[in-house]
Amino acid sequence: MTLFQTIISRPHRTRPFRGPRAPKDLVFVVVLWASGVLAIGAMAGVLIVLAIGAAPALTEAGLAAFMADGDWYPTAGEFGLVAMVAATLAVSAGALAVAGPLGILCAVYIRYYAGDVAGAAFRVVLMTLAAIPSVVYGLWGMTVLVPHIAAWQPPGTSLLAGVIVLSIMVLPTVAVLAEAGLRQLPASLYLGSLALGCARHAAIKRIVLPSAKGAVAAACMLGLARALGETMAVLMVVGNAVAMPDSPFASVRTLPANIALEMAYAIDVHRSALFVSGLVLMALVGLLLVMRWYWGGADAAQS
Amino acid sequence: MPAPKSVIAALTAALALAGQAVSHAQQEVRIVVTGSSTIAPLMMDIAQRYEAWHPGVQVDVQTGGSSRGLSDVRRKLADIGMVSRALGEEEDDVAATRIAWDGVALIVHAQNPLERLSDDQVRAIYTGQVTRWEALGPWDGPITVVSKAEGRSTLGIFLAHLGLDIRDIRAHTIIGDNEQAVKVVAGNPRAVGYISIGAAEYHASAMTPIRALALGAVAPTSANVANGSYPVRRELNLVTHPDPAAPVEAFLRFASGQQVHDLISDHYFSPASN
Amino acid sequence: MRRSLRPFVNDLVVRAAVAAVVFVLAAIVVHVVTRGAALVSWDFLTTAPRAAGRAGGIAPVLVSTAAVTAVALAAALPLAVGAAVFLVEAVRPHTVAARLTRGCLGVLAAVPSIVFGLAGNMIFCDWLGFGFSILAGGLTLALMILPIAACVAETTLRMHGEDRRAGYALGLPQRRIVWSIMLPAAAPGIFAGLGLGFGRAVAESAALIFTSGYVVRMPDSVFDSGRTMAVHILDLAMNVPGGDGNAFATATVLLVSVAAVVALFTALDGKQGREFV
Repeated sequence: MTLFQTIISRPHRTRPFRGPRAPKDLVFVVVLWASGVLAIGAMAGVLIVLAIGAAPALTEAGLAAFMADGDWYPTAGEFGLVAMVAATLAVSAGALAVAGPLGILCAVYIRYYAGDVAGAAFRVVLMTLAAIPSVVYGLWGMTVLVPHIAAWQPPGTSLLAGVIVLSIMVLPTVAVLAEAGLRQLPASLYLGSLALGCARHAAIKRIVLPSAKGAVAAACMLGLARALGETMAVLMVVGNAVAMPDSPFASVRTLPANIALEMAYAIDVHRSALFVSGLVLMALVGLLLVMRWYWGGADAAQS
Repeated sequence: MPAPKSVIAALTAALALAGQAVSHAQQEVRIVVTGSSTIAPLMMDIAQRYEAWHPGVQVDVQTGGSSRGLSDVRRKLADIGMVSRALGEEEDDVAATRIAWDGVALIVHAQNPLERLSDDQVRAIYTGQVTRWEALGPWDGPITVVSKAEGRSTLGIFLAHLGLDIRDIRAHTIIGDNEQAVKVVAGNPRAVGYISIGAAEYHASAMTPIRALALGAVAPTSANVANGSYPVRRELNLVTHPDPAAPVEAFLRFASGQQVHDLISDHYFSPASN
Repeated sequence: MRRSLRPFVNDLVVRAAVAAVVFVLAAIVVHVVTRGAALVSWDFLTTAPRAAGRAGGIAPVLVSTAAVTAVALAAALPLAVGAAVFLVEAVRPHTVAARLTRGCLGVLAAVPSIVFGLAGNMIFCDWLGFGFSILAGGLTLALMILPIAACVAETTLRMHGEDRRAGYALGLPQRRIVWSIMLPAAAPGIFAGLGLGFGRAVAESAALIFTSGYVVRMPDSVFDSGRTMAVHILDLAMNVPGGDGNAFATATVLLVSVAAVVALFTALDGKQGREFV
């Protein structure tokens, strides 16, 4: 799994010698393992809660009903999630396609272009923006962005609006994490390439970014994760009609928005069906991680 | 390396202090109210007044939706649930107290010159048979249909009034709360939606560019909702176990009594008791 | 000609991207501040909300926000550092335990906040018996912050492999190596991750509605329910007719206080921040 991979490709074959352990060391090792188990436990806890909630719908309607390419009318026994899965992927992929490159460029700017003060200030701005509640982004999207799109291509609430708002929200995460990765590179790498006569842009493009590939990829992956799970802001601008995302101006509904939109008033099987959409979202993320693990096989070998 | 250690120390100290504060045992009576996000702001005001009038009682208001109100009461996480709809027949394991009415009206953008829409026209719009304003009167452009999410009681009574099934609805934008509908319609001169009459009245007075249209023949005002002549309305309920404890019962009497009518009107609902 | 133009074009791309980002972000900040700043006053910061938040201030909301965030960071720091050190020190990269832990953190990063809210409600409020409380909200947030903070901490820890091997070569016990060499060296990265986590904690509303709750009374302890700024903004903007003004005012206060805290963070690790270029 290369998601949390090391930043520099460096042979990692070394296995430090571990001598006989004192009792204190044993305690330390136990604490370490406990931390690892806790991380797994957190995930398991969320899964268990979702599974308990999803059980009634899954036993009553069966998983097939959710995977069928049908409509979503849970109170009438129709549970098709396919259109929402497609919309979730479309909005998130679109957001990452915009925020990924821009975020990396912002990180490069902070690290190699801006002066000390400007770089630090820009970083503070980005981190502040990461702390704006999604409802504020949603309000801006609803009252400024959507009317503009509506005047051009009604109804305005659309996949496009979702992509724009979401990329703005994801960008600070990608930029700050990528910058943290660039910062970890040994200074000799960049300075050395300059000394060898590389132009700044060439040093960044050919030396720095490839060396920081792991951290930059991890930053993008966390950005994608954030996009996949984002709820309120997306709910406020995408329109939430359950339909395949066949045009950038079409109204679509994502899985997290589906949960937030209907959970408040859902009862019985309907409520349970919303837990199933949570499970499907998590399965989707798991699938993406596994796919990246296979595709990134070459990277994975380095770590 | 002092930085991480000092931070850890500071955070631990903060936790410890917080823990210290816990050791005051609470001798007060605490009533937990959870449920409908529509009722929660009103209930918060009622709770503040009740606390001021009855020292020693704390009323904690939580939100999260009608279904959560019901399930929290059933799981005994809450004493009172707020449910912004009538209870179904199979929900007789809890007792309901109606505190207010909330009517539903159509809203259009203020620039839209249409004075009223007949039920047939509304039906045609919401089922996708009419997609442009030209077909309905002196207004043009494609109609943006705004509807509510499945399970919401406003949707339920809207459908019931028009005699439609949820699967007949062809909406462009599906929203959750009233304010979201207001913001969508205010930002799109060609949109039509439906919201709580009280909220529509407030926004008309606050210069928000929306206008309320009646569903049916009676003018959409909260006065008409209160006297029952406006037909499209829902009830706002408080639910408890059939046999609530004495402090809970006292609070229920307060929340459904005359003392809070001004608060209910402040929130643009119509008191249920007279 | 081509040789002299290319660096120029490349630099232009970077600067144009940054300018575009700054422009959009400034537009949003201006949108918020122009609507909210006029309503912020000393009274607004020091009185309790009235009329469901349409009138009055946000004093208890500020206190609850600080308390929830403090609990979240206090719980997330050891959890994240522990998980990161576990991945670096206790297991080798391709073992099942390492993969499972990383996979779990990766999926956890994408769990929608409302699902965290439902899970936190069931686990902390119900099973552990904390009820709707600042403690339950903070712990739920800690789980949300965990993936991002652990990821950054691990990446940073791995950067200092040389120091770590030097420590082992000196025969130091593992706990000394971690505590005295690795953690201090990795502090800036851990801070960056925690800073982003802080941002998520302050911005979160959906998860907190179900855990720390909606009550606007001044909290006495972490076992009291308390409404955070993000929840207050969400409620005023989406549920309360006429709540927009105070929603934007609260958002302005939130923006300014977060900027102050982040600037402090940056100043704290500024020395290690830019040691070259």
